Amino acid sequence: MSTATRSVSSVLTNAWGKPRYLPLVTALYVLWSLIPVGIAILFSFNAGRSRSVWQGFATRWYVGTPEAAESVLYDQSLRFALAQSLRLALLTMLVATPIGVALAIGLARWRGRGARPSNLLMLIPLVTPEIVMGVALFLVFDNLYDFVPFGTWAQFLGHVTFSISFVVIIVRGRLFAIGRDYEEAAMDLGATPWEAMRRVLLPLLAPALLASFAIVFAISIDDFVISQFLVAGADSVTIPVRLYSGARLAPPPSLNALATILMAVTIGAIVIAGLLFKLLGRRLGGGEGSALETVGRFEI
Amino acid sequence: MPTNLASGADYDTVGQRRWMWPGFAIPGVVWLILLFLVPFYAIFAVAMGQLDPVIQRASPEWNPLYWDPTIFAEAFADLLGGQLGVIALRTILYVFVASALCLVIGYPVAYFVARKAGRWRWLWLILILAPFWINYLMRMMSWVNLLSPDGQMNSLLINVFGVVDPPNWLAGNDLVVILGLVYGYIPFFILPLFAALDRIDDATLEAARDLGASSSQTFWRVTWPLSRNGVLGGLVIIMLPMFGDYYTPNLLSGSPRTRMLGNTIDQFFNQTTSQGSLGAALTIILMIFVAGLMVYYLRTINRATQEARR
Repeated sequence: MSTATRSVSSVLTNAWGKPRYLPLVTALYVLWSLIPVGIAILFSFNAGRSRSVWQGFATRWYVGTPEAAESVLYDQSLRFALAQSLRLALLTMLVATPIGVALAIGLARWRGRGARPSNLLMLIPLVTPEIVMGVALFLVFDNLYDFVPFGTWAQFLGHVTFSISFVVIIVRGRLFAIGRDYEEAAMDLGATPWEAMRRVLLPLLAPALLASFAIVFAISIDDFVISQFLVAGADSVTIPVRLYSGARLAPPPSLNALATILMAVTIGAIVIAGLLFKLLGRRLGGGEGSALETVGRFEI
Repeated sequence: MPTNLASGADYDTVGQRRWMWPGFAIPGVVWLILLFLVPFYAIFAVAMGQLDPVIQRASPEWNPLYWDPTIFAEAFADLLGGQLGVIALRTILYVFVASALCLVIGYPVAYFVARKAGRWRWLWLILILAPFWINYLMRMMSWVNLLSPDGQMNSLLINVFGVVDPPNWLAGNDLVVILGLVYGYIPFFILPLFAALDRIDDATLEAARDLGASSSQTFWRVTWPLSRNGVLGGLVIIMLPMFGDYYTPNLLSGSPRTRMLGNTIDQFFNQTTSQGSLGAALTIILMIFVAGLMVYYLRTINRATQEARR
């Protein structure tokens, strides 16, 4: 055996050293998971129409001229999809977060007869496959709530429905960590429960609130199944629905540009929330954990 | 329920305490009843309803006393001995093979990042989290791009490996669909497993080594059992959406040869809407398939909550 092979095999099999094949497997996995997307992003900047042959750098698929109407900015179907995704995500975020925070507080403190079934009702959407929820919402808007039009309104109601439980899980983790001592102390000092809640508990919850806003925005803008089941015509097509319908039809790189913008918006939301989270957490003290860990924890 | 008031009775605001907490929960609970529970029931109402003979449209039957199981029974018979049975078996096969691959690929990755990554751990963590912030459809579209007849994959095969007649990857290839599922869902397997492995106390492993266990014994007799819940949790998390997936086979194949249960449902709602009741019946059948997974996942979340509360 040559020295080279011996050293390779000893590196791979040495039981007492660091196992070297682990970083190798991980590196290969990371390359495999990110390179295809990297290529898609790269080709959104292609100067030509091809999505497989590089023809130089250009931003024409993002902001090209109005005459050509081929960029995200000037191709109506792409611009509408971007607007629809942003509109839905913002609306969902503003409605689902307060409802979810209130539900989390209520469920954590309420000990009455309805508490257990309510808790179960909140958990079931988390474990329901999206296609089942899509069918359910489609059928109910089609047959019972026919005053709700398909399109933006139905999509908005659907997005809030699957977002509420996520907010509850995020906020509840923080609520358990805070405990009841601060509130009890405030009430011993003469605050009413409502005052204790508003002036003690809510400020302590601020980081979780922020995380909720960001997560709801991200899962709403990321959603495909619910949006597709409740879509009604071209003006309620969201970015994921547009990607789905366009992907197999040999689309121009503007579709890649649209996908890249979606990615940038999602990452932007998470980064902004992360920064604010850090800032708030420090100022309030005891802001243990990060938004990331919160997400990681509820996935278990 | 006077017993519940005992702890709050010292305050003069008993009434406020009594109604405040359910009051907070009410908007969310009402929302979920109207937009989750009722819609869920609508699946059954439509599946067990009648088909309007004139417009050939499903008309729901809201009263369970009048439910008509004809359409559901037809679908179920098809599941036991017809085309639907073949599709169901294929779905199970795809989901199991894809999940097994996720385990084989994902475990070493999660293990490395959680326990062995050292100084660069934060960077590895960002890299394995990155797919979470990239839309699933974008990730699939990237593969459609690479694998299309004039895509990079085939030009690589032609120009570098001299293949004369490269295959069309996107026309009913089982392996492409399975790898697509793995690619799509593996991040959701890795993250919970990472969290489980991350929680294992170093002292436990050091104790095993001090007592004379070799590193592989330590792994198989300490680390692996301690991470088993993370593995199961991760598998359930990816199997649930895989069973309901229709977009992955549609994008990566689009052929009837790779049709999954989700595709049969998708067909009735997103392509034609005339057969809503059959689509609803198929959705119930899908739920029968995933009910066990749902209950397991529900119990896991509940247990985690109880632990956090303590």
